[in-house]
Amino acid sequence: MTPADLSFLARFLKERSGLIIGEDKRYLVDSRLGPVARKAGIASIGELIGKLMRGGDTALAQSVVEAMTTNESFFFRDGTPFTQFTDVVLPQLIAARAIQRKIRIWCAACSTGQEPYSLAMLLEQKAALLAGWTVEIVATDLASDVLERARNGLFTQFEVQRGLPVRMLVEHFTQEGDQWRISPKLRNRVQFRTLNLLRDFSPMGAFDVVFCRNVLIYFDEATKGDVVRRIAKQMPADGYLVLGAAETVMGATAPVRSHPNHRGLFMRTDAPAPAAARPALGTGAAHGATLATPPATSLQSKIAAFRR
Amino acid sequence: MKHCLVVDDSSVIRKVARRILEGFDLKISEAENGQSALALCKQAMPDGILLDWNMPVMDGYEFLVELRSLPGGDAPKVVFCTTENDVSYITRALRAGADEYVMKPFDKDIIGSKFAEVGLL
Ligand SMILES: C[S@@+](CC[C@H](N)C(=O)[O-])C[C@H]1O[C@@H](n2cnc3c(N)ncnc32)[C@H](O)[C@@H]1O
Repeated sequence: MTPADLSFLARFLKERSGLIIGEDKRYLVDSRLGPVARKAGIASIGELIGKLMRGGDTALAQSVVEAMTTNESFFFRDGTPFTQFTDVVLPQLIAARAIQRKIRIWCAACSTGQEPYSLAMLLEQKAALLAGWTVEIVATDLASDVLERARNGLFTQFEVQRGLPVRMLVEHFTQEGDQWRISPKLRNRVQFRTLNLLRDFSPMGAFDVVFCRNVLIYFDEATKGDVVRRIAKQMPADGYLVLGAAETVMGATAPVRSHPNHRGLFMRTDAPAPAAARPALGTGAAHGATLATPPATSLQSKIAAFRR
Repeated sequence: MKHCLVVDDSSVIRKVARRILEGFDLKISEAENGQSALALCKQAMPDGILLDWNMPVMDGYEFLVELRSLPGGDAPKVVFCTTENDVSYITRALRAGADEYVMKPFDKDIIGSKFAEVGLL
C-alpha cells in the first residue's frame, strides 16, 4: 500500500462513512482489509484500493467501509446512561406525553444490537406503567453485517456476560448451545434499519430520545457538528440526546447542551429548563401560567411515583 | 478494602482469579472446597465469594445453601464461576441465593462487570 493508496482510502472512507484514518492507522487498514481482499480473490490491499479507485463495484466498496468500522458494543455499556434512562428520561417523558402516550427512541449506531436490546429490557421492567403506551425503538447502523447479527439476536457467552445481569439473561434469553438468543418479545420491540448518518435521515421523523454513542468519535469536528445538528432537528424541545461516556458537544453554537444535573444527557439548546431546575410556582403565580405549565410539584410527584 | 474469598479446587484458577481480583483492590483469601470455605466464613464473613460449582468434599451449591443458613450468611455477595453453563444450573444457583453467575472461561472484563453488578467494585 503506497502513501497515495492510503490517502485515497482515507478520502474514500471519510466520504462514505465519516471515518477519519490517519497515517498511524496503517496497521488497522492492513488487518481489516486483508480479509476483504482475500474473500474477493484480490491479491493485495494495494490492488484492492486500485479497484476502489476505478469504481463500479459497489458491493466491494460497501465491504471495505463495513470492514473499517469498529463494532464493539456490550449490554448496558457504561451503566449510567441506562440508569438515567429509567430514572430521568422515562419519568419526564411519561409525564410530558401523558396525552399522546407515545415515545419514540432511536439508537443511531446500534452495531450488533446490545444498546437497543438493553433499552427494550428496561422498558419491559416498566411494562405495567407503560400499559397502553406505544414505545418504538428504531435501531440503525451503516453496516449491514452487524445489523444482520442484531436482527438475529444471537449472542456469544462472552457477549452476554459483559454488562448483562444474569437475572436478565435468564429472563430474556434462551440458550442455544453455547450461545444465547434474545426473546422474540424483545426482538419484536426493536426495528432494525440500515442508515448512514452522513445521509439525510429526516424522513425517519421525530424521536424523543436519541442514543448516539461511540460513533461520533470516529468523525472529524465538522462532520460531528453536522450530525449532531441534524439529530437535534429530529428531537422535540424536551427530547434527550445520549452520547458516549467521554463524548461532548462543544461551542457556543452547539445545537445541544449538557443537562445541568445529569452528565452525559444532552438537551436541545432551546429546550425549556428541566423540571427539577424550574423555580417552584408560588401561590402568587398567575393562573394562566399554572395552566400552561403544570406546577413542578405535580410533575415531580408523577416522577416519584414512577420510580417507586 | 473489601475481602473476597475465592473457592475453587484448581490452584491455577485460584491464582488467576486472585490476580484479577487483587487488580480490583480486593483482599483475597482462598479455599479449595466448600467445607474449608465454610470454616473460613464462620470465622469472618467475607464481602464477596467467587465460587466454583464442582469440587470434592463439598461442592459450591451445597456450600451456598449452608452459607445462607448461617447467622450473617446472607451478607456476602456470591458470584458463581463455573463450567456448569446450562441455564438449569444458573436458575438453581439463583434460587439458592447466588447473586451473579460467571460461565467459564472468564476474563478480567467479565469478572469486573459481574463484581460491579453486585456492588463489590
Ligand atoms: C462502536 S459501535 C457503537 C455501538 C453502540 N452505540 C455502543 O455504544 O455500544 C459504532 C458503530 O457505528 C457504526 N457507524 C460508523 N459510521 C457510521 C455512519 N456514518 N452511519 C451510521 N453508523 C455508522 C459502525 O458500523 C458501528 O457499528
